[in-house]
Amino acid sequence: MVSLEHFLVVGAVLFGIGLWIALSKRNAVLILMGIEIMLNAVNLTLLAFSRFVKSPTPIAGHIFVIFVITVAAAEASVALAMVVSVYRNRGTIDVDQIDLLRF
Amino acid sequence: MSGFGPVSAFYVLAVLSIGSALAVMAARSIIHAVLFLVLFFVSLAAMFVLLSADFVAVAQLLVYAGAIGVLVVFAILLTPSRDRRGMETKFVGPGLLAGAVVAGTVVFIAFNTNWDTASNDFPSTVDAIGQALLNRWALPFEIASVLLIAAMIGAIVVVGGRGVDLDTHAAGPATRLVRRER
Repeated sequence: MVSLEHFLVVGAVLFGIGLWIALSKRNAVLILMGIEIMLNAVNLTLLAFSRFVKSPTPIAGHIFVIFVITVAAAEASVALAMVVSVYRNRGTIDVDQIDLLRF
Repeated sequence: MSGFGPVSAFYVLAVLSIGSALAVMAARSIIHAVLFLVLFFVSLAAMFVLLSADFVAVAQLLVYAGAIGVLVVFAILLTPSRDRRGMETKFVGPGLLAGAVVAGTVVFIAFNTNWDTASNDFPSTVDAIGQALLNRWALPFEIASVLLIAAMIGAIVVVGGRGVDLDTHAAGPATRLVRRER
């Protein structure tokens, strides 16, 4: 028997792992990968709610996930372009050394 | 959702997705981390099929496992090779603590809420999603297209920088693309 709580636990664990990666890695590309894992965990949670919770319009969860995927694709393209641009200008993508705005 | 098939599929996919997400954290080289990330996307797409979300599962495969995986590989290959090994971490303990606190809070809420459950077993979602996108969510749908084209132009401007133009002096059978010098 698999119920709503099972999927919510998996989504929460995946979100925690993504947050762990995004907080503790120093390479900018890996931080973006952690953010992608967090977005996917949220998508899983939305689809689980759409499948298991009583609603007059259960398809709304799917629409939300499609918009999240759209925004995540736009975010990934712009962020990776910024990583490449930062590497060209500064010679590194280690986020500890990109500290021009620190005072 | 019961029966041997869906239940065993759920546990296999849960272990696979959590394990590949942990492997992204633990991988020795960044290329291996990308491959584990693609495995994570694919296992999550299978889990979407388990939730009877067929259209979203296909979109997940196309957009994440296909496009974003390739995009991340491009970003890695365009950045320094000495950082390609660079899996340096910082604040691993506090990061794990923060992730565990967030996950624990969500799990606590999930088990302490009285969900009004039902079993929405969609036979097929494609036509319902199409109807909904063009009726109720027509305006967000159009705004999403504007967002995508803005992101595309923005990415080209950020990476392209000074821009490229056709070198008319090197006109020949093979017209070369050269970077404009300033």
